[in-house]
Amino acid sequence: MTLADLLPGESGIIQEVDTEPLLQQRLLDLGLLPGTHIQARFRGRRGDPVAYMVRGTVLALRLSTAKDVIVHPLGRSL
Amino acid sequence: MLQRYLIALAGNPNTGKSTVFNKLTGLKQHTGNWPGKTVVLAQGSYTYQGHTYEIYDLPGTYSLSASSPEEEVARDFICSGQPQVTVVVVDATCLERNLHLVLQITQLTTSVIVCLNLMDEAKRQNMVLDVHQLEEELGVPVIPTTATTSEGLQALQDAIARVTHGALRPQPRSLQLDQEHLASSFYTHAERIADQVVANSQQGCDFSARLDKVVTSRHLSIPLMLGLLASILWITIVGANYPSDLLAHLFFQLEDLLTTLFIKLGSPAWLHGALIFGMFRGLAWVVSVMLPPMAIFFPLFTLLEDFGYLPRLAFNLDGLCQKAGAHGKQSLTMAMGFGCNAAGIIAARIIDSPRERLLAILTNNFVPCNGRFPMLIVMGTIMASSVVGAQMGGCVAALVVLVALVFSVLATLMISKLLTSTVLRGELSYFILELPPYRRPQIGTVLVRSFLDRALSVLWRAVIVAAPCGLLTWILANITFHDITLLGHLSNWLQPLGQAMGLDGVVLLGFILGLPANEIVIPIIFMGYLSQGSLMEVQGLAAIQDVLVANGWTWLTALNFMIFTIFHWPCGTTLLTIKKETGSLKWTLLSILLPTAFGITICVVLTKIVDILYVGCS
Repeated sequence: MTLADLLPGESGIIQEVDTEPLLQQRLLDLGLLPGTHIQARFRGRRGDPVAYMVRGTVLALRLSTAKDVIVHPLGRSL
Repeated sequence: MLQRYLIALAGNPNTGKSTVFNKLTGLKQHTGNWPGKTVVLAQGSYTYQGHTYEIYDLPGTYSLSASSPEEEVARDFICSGQPQVTVVVVDATCLERNLHLVLQITQLTTSVIVCLNLMDEAKRQNMVLDVHQLEEELGVPVIPTTATTSEGLQALQDAIARVTHGALRPQPRSLQLDQEHLASSFYTHAERIADQVVANSQQGCDFSARLDKVVTSRHLSIPLMLGLLASILWITIVGANYPSDLLAHLFFQLEDLLTTLFIKLGSPAWLHGALIFGMFRGLAWVVSVMLPPMAIFFPLFTLLEDFGYLPRLAFNLDGLCQKAGAHGKQSLTMAMGFGCNAAGIIAARIIDSPRERLLAILTNNFVPCNGRFPMLIVMGTIMASSVVGAQMGGCVAALVVLVALVFSVLATLMISKLLTSTVLRGELSYFILELPPYRRPQIGTVLVRSFLDRALSVLWRAVIVAAPCGLLTWILANITFHDITLLGHLSNWLQPLGQAMGLDGVVLLGFILGLPANEIVIPIIFMGYLSQGSLMEVQGLAAIQDVLVANGWTWLTALNFMIFTIFHWPCGTTLLTIKKETGSLKWTLLSILLPTAFGITICVVLTKIVDILYVGCS
């Protein structure tokens, strides 16, 4: 499953980031690496963008980007 | 000669880096372009123990992998070997992410000091940080600070001095790095160090999380945004009245004084007219009518920015931006445009994709800047007070201006959509937005700094622009040709177009002569209306209303005026900025054409419709 499938409150472990090189570098710089814990926080008014908590920071990604991040779901946690 | 030492200030965004910079340099700072680069660097200086230190505030970045212009600048500056010391400002509450940058920097230069900022936040979250352990792990000095209260800054200055003069030599630990996977090996080290140094770490800030749920919620986000904006406008409108009257009164007295002086010196009437009725009144007008709303709105807006609201605004508006084919950061440049369009256009540098950046530049002028706010406010107030009376006037005026603003944002998105489906077609680039924790705004500092900044810049513009324009207008209004003044000739020539737009020739002439700065449009219009050929004395809004009504203004005229105020060509400064930023005359011309055509069309159509309705009714 991908980051876009996580519902608010659900967490996952990033397995793979597969996207265009520039965006890939950006996401790596922000610490979205394989093995990183990430949690979906809240969604925009129409479900897009979505805010995620990763390494102590809240980052908002568009769904089109979130779809490129493969995660292993861990279920709900808060 | 005194030697000046160069210090670079690096750090992630939202670590309080600017606060550290401001506290260290006080008011001794200016922004300048790093030669050949596209990102603006703030620069300032301070003196410590007899030595002068020149600080460069590098753009906030998460990394130095040079995948954005900001990162490139930061990297090049640090690598250039020029800074004696690089201070990395670090958010103590979010150590792991920040260490990633610190470790990257210590690979580039050894002369590094870590400023462990936001210690108060860390304490509030019950975090415990082992500073000595961190120094040990990094091999560089670590100075804990709370920049908002200046705590630790003395120690920071001391460390900077000691490293600069070789009394303290940082020796960064060398790292085992996997060149294939650089980012991940930096993070592996960062994780390890953060684990050893931090006890009791929590994930993020509770207060921010709860507030964000409300601020970004499906039903409340938009009403909340409008409510905030309406309150700011209301405070501006009500608050501007008093200083406005006071300033007008002062200028009026000063004018009497100057006139007496002129008579005593026996100066000719034309000189008195040109200097007092032209220059002085032009200046007086701008300062007393335009300055107060600008000097109130801008600091309030800055306060909202300081609190951390703008990223949420971008979050809430991103859906609309996506639909319009615009980059998510365009909401931010648009918000900057409310302060000053030229600033908003420079801010578009934060957008990497050239196509989306151009889009943000071309559409920025569709939102009214701080210089056009007073025009909207004056008209809104006049309209409101003529309909509901002065008492409720403040609220209604705020509402009128609010509607105008919402309309300007929608128009921006519409034009963006138009451009992205025609001349600026292309792939939507990615957008990642950080939502930093809300921070208690530093009310005092922000208010004083932005008020001073605004007041000084308006005063300066009043001197260099309003005074000469006042003079020019006075000359046009006092030289006659075939029994009609030059001003009369020009406005007669513009009359047909003006009338079709539900305005008149004088108003259009005001907008044209007001090209150097929007603040002087209304004063020029008044000079055109008043037969004596000089700017009227500043007497407050009631007098303005009388003059307008006497010149045939109706609610429709005021409405068209507001529309054209928002949608017409950019001011001179903005045009120069667009030319500089795009490097193209073609795009600069388009940036004139777009809003002007849009404004004229709406005014003409609106006037036509109202005409037809009236004829239908009678």
